[in-house]
Formats: sequence, C-alpha cells, structure tokens
Amino acid sequence: MNQSAPNSFRQGPDNRGRFGQFGGRFVAETLMPLILEVEQAYNAAKADPAFMAEWRLLLKDYVGRPSPLWYAGRLTEHFRATAPEGKGAKIYFKREELNHTGAHKINAVMAQILLARRMGRKRIIAETGAGQHGVATATACALFGLQCVVFMGATDVERQQPNVFRMKLLGAEVIPVTSGAATLKDAMNEALRDWVANVHDTYYCIGTVAGPHPYPTMVRDFQCVIGEEAKEQMQQAEGRLPDVLVAAVGGGSSAMGLFHPFLDDPSVAMVGVEAAGRGMDTEEHAASLNRGRPGVLHGNRTYLLQDGDGQIIEAHSISAGLDYPGIGPEHSWLHELGRVQYVGATDSEALEQFQLCSKLEGIIPALECSHGLAHIAKLAPTLDRDKIILLNLSGRGDKDIFTVAKHLGVQL
Amino acid sequence: MSRIAAKFASLKAQGRGALVTYLQAYDPDAATSLAIIRGLPGAGADIIEVGVPFTDPMADGPAIQRAAQRALKAGATLPGVLALVRDFRSGDDTTPVVLMGYYNPILSYGIDRFCVDAAASGVDGLIIVDVPPEEADEIEPQAKAAGLDLIRLVAPTTDDERLPRVLSATSGFVYYVSITGITGTRSAAKDVLEAAIPRIRRFTDLPIAIGFGVRTPQQAGEAAAIADGAVVGTAIVDTLAASLDEQGHARPDTMRLVLDQVRGLAEAVRSAAR
Repeated sequence: MNQSAPNSFRQGPDNRGRFGQFGGRFVAETLMPLILEVEQAYNAAKADPAFMAEWRLLLKDYVGRPSPLWYAGRLTEHFRATAPEGKGAKIYFKREELNHTGAHKINAVMAQILLARRMGRKRIIAETGAGQHGVATATACALFGLQCVVFMGATDVERQQPNVFRMKLLGAEVIPVTSGAATLKDAMNEALRDWVANVHDTYYCIGTVAGPHPYPTMVRDFQCVIGEEAKEQMQQAEGRLPDVLVAAVGGGSSAMGLFHPFLDDPSVAMVGVEAAGRGMDTEEHAASLNRGRPGVLHGNRTYLLQDGDGQIIEAHSISAGLDYPGIGPEHSWLHELGRVQYVGATDSEALEQFQLCSKLEGIIPALECSHGLAHIAKLAPTLDRDKIILLNLSGRGDKDIFTVAKHLGVQL
Repeated sequence: MSRIAAKFASLKAQGRGALVTYLQAYDPDAATSLAIIRGLPGAGADIIEVGVPFTDPMADGPAIQRAAQRALKAGATLPGVLALVRDFRSGDDTTPVVLMGYYNPILSYGIDRFCVDAAASGVDGLIIVDVPPEEADEIEPQAKAAGLDLIRLVAPTTDDERLPRVLSATSGFVYYVSITGITGTRSAAKDVLEAAIPRIRRFTDLPIAIGFGVRTPQQAGEAAAIADGAVVGTAIVDTLAASLDEQGHARPDTMRLVLDQVRGLAEAVRSAAR
C-alpha cells in the first residue's frame, strides 16, 4: 500500500487501459487490431444516445430491470439472535438473481451483443464457467438471430449440466474444452484461440471484468447499472447509503458492478469475497488477491495464482463461477490501494449459507453469492443494529442444486 | 554485428533464405532436447527458435500446447531453458538462438535480470507473443541494453496504418504470422504470401521470416524464397511427438527422426530459387 490515494477511485483506466500498474493489452499481434477496433466501437457506442436507449429498453422489458432491493429480515433476525447485545446489522439483497436468465451476467451481455451488431459481427463466442454467462450470451444471440459458440471447460460441462442443456436449447453450440484443468481459465484460452482464427466475423463476448482493455472497463460500465440502481433504492428504503457492500469475486464483474458507483463515497466500506475453496492455506482455492501475486494472463496484468516460475496454478472452488486463477485488474488496483477489502470464504461456509438463505428467505442463492453470504454471517453479528449491509445476490442457485446435493450426500 | 544480422547477411550472400526451426525446450526432457538442439545446425537449421514452456499458450495450437505440457512435466523452468541455451552455446558460437514464449514467466523471473541472464547465456533475440508494441516499454529498454533483438510478430490483420508502429519497435528480423489463427492449424497459399511480403517490405529493410502454417519442405522452400526465411514449428513438434512412447518419453530414434525432417526442410530451402 505504498501508493497515495487518488482524488477519485472512479477515473480509471488511463489511455493504455491501466488501473495503476494493472490491466493493459497483453495480446498477440493478430488480435491487437481487433482489440483496438472494439475499443473504438465501444467509445462511439457509449456516446450514442440511441445505443444506450436501446440497451436500457432491453434491460427494462427483456431483462426485467430494475432488479428489486430486498430487506432480508429473517436472515437479519437470525444473526441478531446470537449476536452480542445491540449488534446485528440489517441485511439487504440486490436481487440480480431475478434478472432474465437468473444472474447479473445478462446486463453486460445485452450491451455487448448490441455492440457486436453495430460492428457487423454475425458470430459470437463466449467463455463460461458456471454457465451463467454462456446462458446469457446464448439468450441474447437467440434474440438477435446470431450464431453463438460457447467454450466451457469439460469439468464444468460435467458439473453444470442444466446450464449446458439450456444453452443448447437456446441454439448455442457448446464446445467442451479439455486442455489444462478443463475449467474457466482453459475455456478462456480456447475462446481467445478461436477469436484469433475467426477475426473477420467474430465478436468475443467476455463475461467478466478481465481480459485485454477495453473489456474490464466495458463490462464494468455495463454492470454499474447494479450499483446505480442500488444507490437510489437504498435512498428510498433507508434514506441513506449502505455501510458495507459485499459481493463474491471470481473475475469480479458482479462485485465491480455494485462497488464502482460507490467508490467515491468514503462512508461506504466494501468487501470482495474470494473463493477460499478447501481453505486459504491449502493448495485448493481461488484466492488470487489473498494468495497470488501480479502477473500477466489473458490479456491483462493482475493478481494471479502462479508458481515461483510464473506458471499458472489451477484454481479450485465448489463454485464453477469463481474457479479462476485471476481477477479483474481494477480489483487488483483497489486491493493495493486498500479501498476494497478482499477476504475469503470456504466451500463449506458457502454451502452452509446456501442452505440457510434458502430456508430463511425463500431464495436459493447461487453458490457464487453464497460466498458473499458466508462473509455476512461473520460480519453482521459484529456490527451495530443500525448498520446496513448490502449484498449483491448476483445469481440464483437452481443451477447448483445438483452440486449441492452431491456435497450433502443426497441422491437426486 | 549480432549473430542474427550476421546470419542473414551471410545467407543473402549465398542467395538463399533461412530455415528457422522451432522446438519447445525440455520436450520431451532436458537431455533429449539439448541433444536435438545441438544437432539442428548440422541438419541445416540456420536459426534456432526455442519455445519457453508456459501453462497457457494462447497463440498455440494443440500440438504445441501438448509439447508445453510435456516440457513442464519434465521440469522445465525459465532458468532451465537459459541453462540449455548456455550448454548449446558452449559448442556453437554462430547459430542465432531466439527464445519464443509468453510474458508471465519472464515477468516472474524479473525483467532486468532476465535480459542480462539471457544475453549472457547466448540468447540473441526474444519473441514475446503477448507483448504487442503497445506494451513494448515493459521490456524494450532492458532488452536493448542487453543487446537482445526484440522480434515482433506482424499478422495479416496488421494494417498499413499500424505496420510502421509495429516495425519501428522490431529488431533482428520480422516474424510474419502468415495466417489469422493459432500455430499448426492451417497454411497460407503461396499467392497470398507473395502479396503480403512486399507490403511489409515497403516499411522495413529488416529480413522477414514467414511462420505459422509452414509445414512441408515445399512450403518452407516457397516461404524462404518469397521472404528471407521460413519458420517451421508444429510440423517438427508433431514428428517429435509421434516418436515418443506411450508415456511420452523419447525413443532411441526420436532425435534421428526430428533431424532427418530438418534435413529435408533445409534441402528444400537451399534449393529454392530466389
């Protein structure tokens, strides 16, 4: 933390696509002209009121935005019951799981597909881990009649069968990737390889705030609708800003979408929850900020899980959506500046909260955001009752019931 | 004069292009890899590209991905690759050696230290696939100071507006990626190359080598005649891979099969008319 705090945390990136030392455009020359073209097209689109109006309309009438802000009263009371006197913060959910396709991913996908159309691209490729981004991309492609190819690690294809079937129903081709550990990282490698080979007609729809510039910025900007809505809704509900924002971080798109609009509100604390897998001090986790160090992968400089020789280490998480050895570059920057605190939650902590939230709130949360809930379970009982915690409930857990059943020893 | 410049000058005097061969270091193990690399100049390779194994080779096709996995399993590290070049250099002071790989292992090693150590080990040039001109200041000053050439990739997608920028940051030679795609997947047609190379020549006097999709002696001969050199990678890696046993270990004839193929390629390059 040897850097001095900037005047604003919301000015990044610079014209090289960097947040401090993080980010950039580390891609092969074949892709470089394309990346520049995407950047140019994005800059033109976001300045075009017609483009933004079309996106907003899709968010409203197709995605179902704004997503509600929900006071999780029973969960709040549950933690108060065992908290010390006067403790037990109020817990709110930003209900991104109610979006069409069941997660926040669709926000940025809709915009990117509009951008791809604007660029005249007819073929869309995407990588997916849990399948949420793949489903969102397949959905948008179905809506606009575009060809859709989704790369998914073979391991994830196995553990996310319902989403694989969904994508196929939507007309997408799902390509299982068998290289490496056959998870999200390898799916991203394969998508980049496909893009290099099909530069002329293909748009790569990245699902998270990572990859080469302008993707981390672009995906962030389109996910910021989450935080912008939440800010307004919280004013209406409580007449003030929340005290703590909590979100799970894999690549970090749901967290960035919630955090970014609040970054310059000093009273708002923020916690990103990494997947600690079988424990942060075991070898099986996905805690790139807490246990990794800066490096370059997938087009950007960021914190990575890597060995002493700079070889990338496979991540582990019960949640396929968090199973990634890197993180968006802006998170690395916010981590080093200390503006956002990054902690971990284990597989079993997430599993416990997955069940608790289902029983108490009647909401089955995705395993990803169950990691956020796991941190809230630790945090809420330590805060005064008048404090407000806001969680990005970024996805619904229907896709995870098979994984959870397996871990609980239940035969479906 | 650098080894790379001297080599191209001498080949120009002979009226022919260069055969550049690519193999991953440590594929399938350190000893076999060194033995093959030592044999390459004798088999007719003019410039040796040594691939630095990386877990996530994003610009490479399945053959080189598997080569990287074999090499990593055999214990490949960047210091190990430099040691291999040092060992090669102890017996050959003229054949240029170019390291080709990805940025993260170098970043992890430390850029300053890496450039100094690479030069001291006898490395002549670097091709870092995922450091485009936009990020060149990451390593260019250190590479220059150490006397290492930074060889840049030019792709079919690199348009005329961009070419001067890419070429101005290049030294040693220009590596023309002849297809839009990853290594070892498809090949560019001769007439496409005949149109592509003069386009680059308008912006540079550096030698140009054509790579990606150059597999056969005929293609190598054509590429070396159209440009100043032909890079053959995947085809050689395929031969090596096919020679291994079920466990991925070298067989007694692994080295001979690889070098025989290089001899065939060299013959075609030598007999190709300029």
